[in-house]
Amino acid sequence: MEINGVEIRDTFAEAFRMWASRAVITARSRRWALEAARSMTGFATSVIGCKVEAGIERELDADATPDGREGVSVLLFAFDAEGVAKRLVERVGQTVLTCPSTACFDGLPEAEERIQVGGVLRHFGDRHQSSKVLEGRRYWRIPVMEGEFLVEETFGVQKAIGGGNFLILARDADAALDAAEHAVAAMRGMPGVVLPFPGGVVRSGSKVGAKHYKGMIASTNDAYCPTLRGRIGVASELPPEVNSVLEIVVNGLDREAIEAAMRAGIRAACRPGVVQISAGNYGGRLGKHHFHLHEILAG
Amino acid sequence: MSVVVLEPYTAPAVPLEAPEIRPDAFAALSEAEIARLPVWHGNEAAQVGDFFRVRGGRSADVRIAGHAGRVKHLGNGMAGGRLVIEGNAGAHVGAEMTGGRIIVEGDAGPWAGAEMRGGVLEIRGNAGSHLAAAYAGSPRGMTGGLVLVHGSAGDLVGERMRRGVVAVAGDVGDYAGAAMLAGTLLVFGRLGRRPGAGLRRGTILAGGEVELLPTFRYACTYRPTFLRVYLRRLREEYGLSVDPRFFDGAYRRYNGDFADLGRGELLIWTTP
Repeated sequence: MEINGVEIRDTFAEAFRMWASRAVITARSRRWALEAARSMTGFATSVIGCKVEAGIERELDADATPDGREGVSVLLFAFDAEGVAKRLVERVGQTVLTCPSTACFDGLPEAEERIQVGGVLRHFGDRHQSSKVLEGRRYWRIPVMEGEFLVEETFGVQKAIGGGNFLILARDADAALDAAEHAVAAMRGMPGVVLPFPGGVVRSGSKVGAKHYKGMIASTNDAYCPTLRGRIGVASELPPEVNSVLEIVVNGLDREAIEAAMRAGIRAACRPGVVQISAGNYGGRLGKHHFHLHEILAG
Repeated sequence: MSVVVLEPYTAPAVPLEAPEIRPDAFAALSEAEIARLPVWHGNEAAQVGDFFRVRGGRSADVRIAGHAGRVKHLGNGMAGGRLVIEGNAGAHVGAEMTGGRIIVEGDAGPWAGAEMRGGVLEIRGNAGSHLAAAYAGSPRGMTGGLVLVHGSAGDLVGERMRRGVVAVAGDVGDYAGAAMLAGTLLVFGRLGRRPGAGLRRGTILAGGEVELLPTFRYACTYRPTFLRVYLRRLREEYGLSVDPRFFDGAYRRYNGDFADLGRGELLIWTTP
């Protein structure tokens, strides 16, 4: 298969079962909602080192938020619901509660499984907090020096998918980055997905474990490192004309959301200087979810 | 879904007590069975069919096609379904209801939504006194649900209310939110004398100036975010007319009533 002269390899991305919540952050202005959202999703690229993966899903107009102010929705992923709960409490507590004028709401109100967020953070109020219940949803009002922080008691958590991906194999680093930027631009803001890495792009794709250091959870994906081509012990996957590879990782609330994002991203990445689009997998042995590139692009 | 229609065809000489008129009960009853349901006409036993023409059965969607201002206890204790009264409703409409929705297109008598526990009671005209209040001897009034009044309401609105939301677009009488235990009372018009007397916890919003009891203390002037959540839902989901000034304005907050527990708040709208 080819798009704009770029070969699409007949392979698949291998992704994993995760759990996710959506937080809706509102503030007096979009600027402050974004400040809180950026802080909340900082250092959340990979569960390997951050215990959580998170990103900004999209910016929200005032008519799409519970309090009628502009806002931002954030998706946060962990390996289980308990992990999502812990990280959400930590991050809302440290980055949203602290941020001027913000409020934080559950963005998955239909989810049956619930985790305590405001119900834990309320203790910051030292018994001066109070709650409000509207249509079965409880909101905690925590007094702060600025005035009051409003946070919903429980957030929905649901099964999700982490690690959808594709690789951009390009003639040089500039072409790879240009293609990645276009892919990210096409994928950002799509509902139900986030790109948790810096700018949505990963330059250091990994393989499971390491050949030479026991105890490493992950190490460099040597098969896709252009500097290692030809080295003994490295089975390079790179065509001869490829000199740089970047990866786009996408987490999503469901399979359909990831497929839609990958489809848009791959099409946008097929630009001059790109040789091939591939995907990262582990032979299908680790991840439950397989995203076959040809099937996605035919959809 | 079919609708059960009750058409009043004779005005009761004295108020009719009709707690059996509730949509959740009608869901299992035929037209004839509904017509035979007991009511009290003063001290005389009577039947629904003596005062209403009944059309339809086995439905929890009920419509009273006309005024029922002399019919008391409509929807009393109902747990589900929908009751639309295309005119006025008598006293105690929706009292002790736990679920479902009642819409009164005209005015409602006193004690509407008294000791209500859940569901939605919407009154498009005015309401009488003791809206969502407690009956004599009860420790608490409304404990859940939502009451909306598009017009004004009488004295003792939300008295001893424990939980839930009462929103009145117009004015209310004296002693609004008296002895409230918790919950939210939103009044977008004027409040009568002594609002929040004995307030323990909970919120009273005042859309205009109020005669403040000396046992309330000024705290600050600010913009409570939670109000925006409430106002937005009331306006967009229930069509309550909420002036934009309440969204963007600041509120003077008074804590009280310090004659009692003093953990309540009176929020008085002020200029942005």
